[in-house]
Amino acid sequence: MFYSPVITNAAEVASHKDLHLFKYVEDPKQHEIGTYQAHGGYKAWKKVLNGMTADQVTEEVKKSGLRGRGGAGFPTGMKWGFVPKASPKPRYLCCNADESEPGTCKDRVLMERDPHGVIEGMAIAAYAIGCHLMFIYIRGEFNHCRERMEQAMNEAYQHGHLGKNIHGSGYDLEMIVHTGGGAYICGEETALLNSVEGERGMSRMRPPFPAIEGLYACPTIVNNVESLASVPHIINRGADWYGSLGTEKSKGTKIFSLSGHVKRPGNYEVEMGFNLKKLIYDPAYGNGMLEDKKLKGVIPGGASTPFLTPDMIDVGLDYESLQTVGSMLGSGAVIVFNEDACIVWVIKKLIHFFRHESCGKCTPCREGTSWLEQMINRIESGEGQPGDIEKIEDVCGNILGRTICPLGDAAVMPIQSAIKHWRDEWQYHIDQKQCMVKTNFDFK
Amino acid sequence: MILTQESIQEIKEKTAKYPRKKSGILPALTVAYRQLGYVDDEIYHEISKVIKVPYVEIAEAATFYTMFPKKSRGKYLIQVCHNISCALLGADSLISYLEDKLGIKKGETTADNLFTLISVECLGSCSTAPMMQINHDFHENLTREKVDGILETLRSEA
Repeated sequence: MFYSPVITNAAEVASHKDLHLFKYVEDPKQHEIGTYQAHGGYKAWKKVLNGMTADQVTEEVKKSGLRGRGGAGFPTGMKWGFVPKASPKPRYLCCNADESEPGTCKDRVLMERDPHGVIEGMAIAAYAIGCHLMFIYIRGEFNHCRERMEQAMNEAYQHGHLGKNIHGSGYDLEMIVHTGGGAYICGEETALLNSVEGERGMSRMRPPFPAIEGLYACPTIVNNVESLASVPHIINRGADWYGSLGTEKSKGTKIFSLSGHVKRPGNYEVEMGFNLKKLIYDPAYGNGMLEDKKLKGVIPGGASTPFLTPDMIDVGLDYESLQTVGSMLGSGAVIVFNEDACIVWVIKKLIHFFRHESCGKCTPCREGTSWLEQMINRIESGEGQPGDIEKIEDVCGNILGRTICPLGDAAVMPIQSAIKHWRDEWQYHIDQKQCMVKTNFDFK
Repeated sequence: MILTQESIQEIKEKTAKYPRKKSGILPALTVAYRQLGYVDDEIYHEISKVIKVPYVEIAEAATFYTMFPKKSRGKYLIQVCHNISCALLGADSLISYLEDKLGIKKGETTADNLFTLISVECLGSCSTAPMMQINHDFHENLTREKVDGILETLRSEA
């Protein structure tokens, strides 16, 4: 049985000619190697081992246009290409499965229901960069994912897909399943590497970038689960096919985690550029607003991305289109809220998260998120003072762009956009010492 | 030694795969926590002997992460996600409901040491909100009825 009861659009994906990541995620045996192989699994891995050079693999992924699905959107193949060819050091691959961006629950489904797809993608990426030891860094709380990944890894070894001289190719590849200790920051790639090394999960200054000096100061590539799970499909069906999906600059398909006030929250794989309004209202996806209440706002890409107001949601879900409306694709976590949500209350939830998860290395983020939380809590509890909004904006301005890793920016961007879109509501909260809308969400 | 022979063996097996000893810190802490439900100074020293990494490096790492608390908690650790997706679907009221049912406040443990209730950041169950994690298991799409059933089952098993 499935561990997670989450809704997916697997049926649509199965009958669609191009969608692929979710094709078998409703098959209760897909996590077993026999079923995975019967569905064409490890074919791409064998194809790579039996006739492609590492450069050819990297070129294919470059040509496909695949970009990182964890949040930053960096071209995957290009990243692989940064690994120095002449380096005598070992190279490492780390699959980033520290899924913790509020709103995001897609990698979990891939690991629980199609773990071999993740391993096959990891193996191909490892081959492309000349790596012989690869890691998957799973957040500590995902116990079921860890079990599934370990079980799948053991099966992959037994079937000769991992280990020494894989399928007679002379290529060796070992794998370690590593679990975290409960820290959002470890999803940031340099903090993740520190965590694998047994250090506190704090970000590192860049340069050097991990591709040059990463794990144990050796060339290292860190890729998201969904990015890697896309790779076998690109190898099987070709870069041209993958590049024909999506928009001009955002290629392929993407899983969106839809949550909040919709009738049908779930994980949906769609082509890049899919319309956000459709995702929320179409019966095949979100099926409209819960209790038919009025939409107030949407966070389109996880808790660190700027808000959209209802007039902005007729937009494509891709890297460029969301940029044109002042937001970001992020991890593809679409969080929807109705008019009963006080914006100060929403921000209070978000800033609490970022203050708690700040690693404390950079002063602007460590101190700034704490000040922001105190001021926002003050406003929310009816004790806001004149000038608080301006003070919040000032603190935000002193965090943005002044930290080693993007956590500081992530904390600030939603706040800035919430003030921009709903300034009157913030002012009302300070002047009237109460919410403009009474937030009181009850569970069933 | 407080760590059992099984735990020590598991730590040795897990950490042997890594190119460097220090990488064994998190796996060792995880094994220790699974056995004991806490990891304190004494355990850091034990781990230090097993994986041959200085005590201070283990303490340094352990105190950064939320999953290696120094004190043990109730038999069932209930962690309710209070982040935005769950909050929109009533996580705050779920926490209050659990407080009433268990007769404790958030952060406390019941007198019989059966339940500890805490609230935590996003657990990646956003499309199946609200949710709670009890020990290693996720309970999702929670309703009052479901919560009642889960608590009843745990009480009867205890």
